[in-house]
Amino acid sequence: MFEPIILSIRVALLATVIAFFLGVFFAYLLTKRRVPGKNIWETILILPMILPPSIVGYLLLKLFGKRGPIGAFLLDTFGVQVVFTWIACVIAASVVALPLMYQNAKGAFQSVDPSLELAARTLGSSPFKVFRTVTFPLSGPGIVSGIVLTFARALGEFGATLMLAGNIPGRTQTIPTAIYYSVVTGKEDEAMNLVIVMVFFSFALVFGLNMWLKKKNHRENIQR
Amino acid sequence: MGIAFRLVKQLNYFTLDVDFAMGNELLVIEGASGAGKTTILNCLAGIVTPDEGKITVDDRVLFSHTDKVNVPTEKRNIGYLFQNYALFPNMTVRQNVLYGVKNMKEYCRRSERKELLAYADNMMETLGISHLADKSATSISGGEKQRVALARAMVTKPSLLLLDEPFSALDENTKSRIYEEFGKFRETLRIPTILITHNHRETELFADKNITLKEGKVI
Repeated sequence: MFEPIILSIRVALLATVIAFFLGVFFAYLLTKRRVPGKNIWETILILPMILPPSIVGYLLLKLFGKRGPIGAFLLDTFGVQVVFTWIACVIAASVVALPLMYQNAKGAFQSVDPSLELAARTLGSSPFKVFRTVTFPLSGPGIVSGIVLTFARALGEFGATLMLAGNIPGRTQTIPTAIYYSVVTGKEDEAMNLVIVMVFFSFALVFGLNMWLKKKNHRENIQR
Repeated sequence: MGIAFRLVKQLNYFTLDVDFAMGNELLVIEGASGAGKTTILNCLAGIVTPDEGKITVDDRVLFSHTDKVNVPTEKRNIGYLFQNYALFPNMTVRQNVLYGVKNMKEYCRRSERKELLAYADNMMETLGISHLADKSATSISGGEKQRVALARAMVTKPSLLLLDEPFSALDENTKSRIYEEFGKFRETLRIPTILITHNHRETELFADKNITLKEGKVI
């Protein structure tokens, strides 16, 4: 029972780190810089949230499979096969959770008063320094919400993971796939234990986030 | 030495077209809302790019349509006091004041750093905000915010100071006091300054020169 829990946490943590950097990077690029084809990039970033996870998994399989463009490159250059390994779990979880990080970061960056950013520019900061010293620090709550939701989504990822990583006990079996496997093989007790772990963990995350945000708002209101 | 600018910019309902030159004076631009006043400041600061024209500050070309010069905002060395003061809420008063100083080339040289920090302390003293140094920028009053924003814009020793309705957010009592303080401050630090206002009293109090703008043209 512990193997899927440990693997799930490891996968969710790594996927959150990857989605965090990619989400913040793309949100910065698409909200603060002039990028050609902005709307197309944005749609591509949101797509994994709209498409059924099985489709995302299928597309990832086509990309990372032995004959896929990325999979073939990785196999030929580094001798690494991604599909049906725990790295595939990380890729699937990162891709599926990325839109949540991107959307939260984008919303947070857009909510920063533009006059603050302009003031920083007139005071000698380059656009990137403005982002580093003003925009990003003022986006704290949105970024933290993004991280928590990304982690929760990565932890719960099922469809795309099953397509890309399979369900190999001890290697690629995460909590959601383990629950599915337990139910179809009639191991109801095992499924229930994992469900309890998952519900408890998700509840604690969202509850913790709400409490933190409430405390932060309260402190800011007092300061004003 | 001084400022000279010709700006042409197509706005929604009219074309902004102004041509002006000034020395170490205070120019007041009056005009109704939407007459293009803030656009002039934004063009000078490099926030908005004019369609045509030329901006020179102390013989340095900041923008020239014909020579394809457009110095980015952060390299123009222009102090800008925004209408809402735009103080960084994640920083203390001192951090706000020193924000621009830390971006100066001179700050990297140890010998000049001390001098810059002393200048900043002096500026805070002059504007009566030294006692607020460690307070959060969100916890001070409107009048104090205005002085912090002015100190922040001035400590980088700008070649031009832009003031976008700096007194409009203050209540009447504070306004009278700040008018007096600003008058004195202006006496001690004379740099080319452009002040935008709706209030004719401010023109009478501070203007060395004044123009009125209507639909993008000086009338």
